Amino acid sequence: MTPLLDVSDLSICFGAADPVVRNVSFSVMPGETLALVGESGSGKTITCRSVLRILPDTAHILSGSIQFASETGPQMDLLHLSERAMRSLRGDQISMIFQEPMRSLSPLHRLGDQVSEVLMLHRDMSASAAKKAVLETFERVGFPDPERVWKSYPFEMSGGMRQRAMIAMAMVAKPELLIADEPTTALDVTTQAQVLGLIKDLQSEIGMAVILVTHDLGVVANMADSVVVMNKGRVMESGPAPAVLGAPAHGYTQKLFAAAPAIPKVAAPTRAEKRNDTILELRNVSKTYTMRAGGWRKPQVVTACHEVNLTLERGKTVAVVGESGSGKTTCARIALGAETPDQGGEVLFRPRANETPIRVHAMSPAERIGFQRQAQMVFQDPYSSLSPRMRIQQTMTEPMDIHDLGTKAERCDKAVEVLEWVGLDASMLTRYPHAFSGGQRQRLSIARALTLDPVLLVCDEPTSALDVSVQEQILCLLENIRDRMGLSYLFISHDLAVVARIADEVAVMRQGVVVEQATPDALFYAPRHPYTCALIAAQPEPDVNRPIDLNLVAKGAGSPASWPEEFRFEGIAAPALTELAPGHKVRCHV
Amino acid sequence: MMFLRYAIYRFITMLLTLWVVSILIFVIINLPPGDYLSNQIAELRATGQAEGVAKAEFLRTEYALDRPVWHQYLIWVGMAPGPQGWYGLIQGNFGWSFEFDRPVSEIVGDALWLTVLVNLAAVLFVYLVALPLGVLAAAKSETWIDYSAAFVGYLGLATPNFLLALMLFYYGNKYFDLPIGGLMDPRFEGEPMSWEKVQSVLLHLIVPTFVIGTSGAAAMMQRLRANMLDELSKPYVETAKAKGLAPAKLLAKYPLRMAFNPFVADIGNLLPAMISGSVLVSVVLGLQTIGPSLLTALKSQDQFLAGFILMFVALLTLIGTMISDLLLVLLDPRIRYGARSG
Repeated sequence: MTPLLDVSDLSICFGAADPVVRNVSFSVMPGETLALVGESGSGKTITCRSVLRILPDTAHILSGSIQFASETGPQMDLLHLSERAMRSLRGDQISMIFQEPMRSLSPLHRLGDQVSEVLMLHRDMSASAAKKAVLETFERVGFPDPERVWKSYPFEMSGGMRQRAMIAMAMVAKPELLIADEPTTALDVTTQAQVLGLIKDLQSEIGMAVILVTHDLGVVANMADSVVVMNKGRVMESGPAPAVLGAPAHGYTQKLFAAAPAIPKVAAPTRAEKRNDTILELRNVSKTYTMRAGGWRKPQVVTACHEVNLTLERGKTVAVVGESGSGKTTCARIALGAETPDQGGEVLFRPRANETPIRVHAMSPAERIGFQRQAQMVFQDPYSSLSPRMRIQQTMTEPMDIHDLGTKAERCDKAVEVLEWVGLDASMLTRYPHAFSGGQRQRLSIARALTLDPVLLVCDEPTSALDVSVQEQILCLLENIRDRMGLSYLFISHDLAVVARIADEVAVMRQGVVVEQATPDALFYAPRHPYTCALIAAQPEPDVNRPIDLNLVAKGAGSPASWPEEFRFEGIAAPALTELAPGHKVRCHV
Repeated sequence: MMFLRYAIYRFITMLLTLWVVSILIFVIINLPPGDYLSNQIAELRATGQAEGVAKAEFLRTEYALDRPVWHQYLIWVGMAPGPQGWYGLIQGNFGWSFEFDRPVSEIVGDALWLTVLVNLAAVLFVYLVALPLGVLAAAKSETWIDYSAAFVGYLGLATPNFLLALMLFYYGNKYFDLPIGGLMDPRFEGEPMSWEKVQSVLLHLIVPTFVIGTSGAAAMMQRLRANMLDELSKPYVETAKAKGLAPAKLLAKYPLRMAFNPFVADIGNLLPAMISGSVLVSVVLGLQTIGPSLLTALKSQDQFLAGFILMFVALLTLIGTMISDLLLVLLDPRIRYGARSG
């Protein structure tokens, strides 16, 4: 059988620089799913874009060929096809889904218009026939009310729904090859399962081939027939998925596997030791926002978090886990005093053991300055949280400048010392942030937070913008520093596997409410709440022999009204958190 | 329905703003000590012309300049009875110009619609020039097209308007037989509207439109180019490319539509900038707009004339912003449906 797509010896470079893709070869059989795996900068995105020839203007294809053999048409050399012929291929026989559903659709055009455009371009269809076909596709990708979707704008829908619309757009012309570039990276786990399940179903239905670009080995294990592992523009390893995932031969693939975080298989939990040295305590913290949209509309009240109680022991890590919009970041901001909780809630901070705690939202100016020294934050995006116009030295010494600590020379020494803690050295002080990779930048922002010798670090998704192997390093670093310096972390994340590894206690949040709170052992050994169970089930694992049932986990936990009797509630009138086992609290009726 | 409600809401806020502006204008005009008549009286006394003093004193009471400022304001606007009863701006009385010794409406009369005409022509010119050039410069960025558009743009921005006006008059007259100065042939002044008069006005409009519009067009073009370049790198452009859309159609349908917002939002800013900018040009070109009268009125503290002209400019500005707000609501669903998604 001839392959549908045959890429051979492809090399691509930008300008006069070294090639970013070197001698890459792979082929895709009709109906097959090929996973292109690699970390950022591995050239996987450039490779798949070259198939459609939608590369940036500065990219040049140095060598190689891309042959496309449609079942119906002749074999075509995609690199030497005329631009006009290429256009008629795009969206019709080869279509593409992009990573960010939020930004990949035009916000100013109705979804119906954007999707039917594909048919109007490639099929000789009347507007009404196109609309009929699009509505059918909308129904097929799981929209309950296609007519409404037709009239909607992208910003009226959630991320998962937008990605569905993107899939509808890619599928409407029934292509033979679908290229999905990190289609689920920006989505929550349950939504990810929905989208992956949908792609799989549609694939078996119309028999198209899929190139799945991803960095997530769990996704690969659940989707792919064959795998190509790329690193720095080269193919490291390729072959059928069971072989590559079951017994990775290349060192790089092995490294990727080792770094992939997974929820541990745990034995029964050990009893949590009880200590009474809390450093941070959130008591009954709620936050509601009133949205005013223009002067003539009724203000809306949005509940970001509702009656959250968290206790952080000194030297420990408490993690708050939840999908986007669950209110976890609001909790972090309240804990640092960046937001004020609603009436009735308070945050207590105890800088040293056995001292009287400070109320974070009722501090005197002097106390506030002290608090700001002792509690620091590490942000999610290392690319935008360091000022691009400040040298590292300036970034590192600025906190000490502000708090007027030490002489100039002492500040510099401190900066060097802190840089060494995070595995960087003094020679980097004179550089600007753009000279560093994502992982190095995250090290820098951790170092910046450490310059004031804080006792509490609030980490807001510190690893979610990083590659898996870098994520692993940063987590190690955070653990080392915590243990060496006796820091305490409030750790915000959406990734259960990351949390499983670093946290001493985990609070699972859903729509502003903590539904379950326990040690990671207890939580992963015996999750009680349906929402926690759904989250754990939806986490794909890098093991071909243990696929997850995409269609089952895609349902998620559903609405509270569909839960078992003891968990059921409506609105925010949730039952109280009840301690079912020592240290294991679940929101349920007893 | 929602749009209608928004339009009404927007109209009411516009009236309220206009009211606040009227207070500001009146207070600022009255900030310098004295008024036109007291200055005149002092001058008459100094030169010993006693009979004039009596007339000026009479005018002072007649136009209520002897009352406190807040009372003068209420009378001017028509919210309190003055010496002539309830007769202010609201009732359609624009006041009296002391400098020209005639009612304001008579002085301003023709100049009003000529001002609107000149500035509308300039705004139109700005949009017609900036739109294609800006899009072209962005689509062909960093080619000779882009560079020459930028060069022409910077020339337009950097050349002083009056210099440009003089040059254009000279060469326009020399090579194309364009008229010099004024907004119409003198023989049509005060004549009723006729086809010839319209033709004459249009012919006279060419140079002023160009002079007033160039710098605005250049700035607008650069802004549109920058917006377009931002939009061109957005992922939805790539999506459209992957659909198989042809380049020209893609450009017009997606990025241009997005880059259009700031373009529309600028209508409100453009009008006042042009009117105040065109004062000098009007003096140089001898245009019968309200610009020159405003200058005289402000210099001599002719408060009712100045106040009226400033009110008129404010009204144009507010109408401009209202139009751009309403257009934005029509153009951008994110603004229209902002509440529905929230």
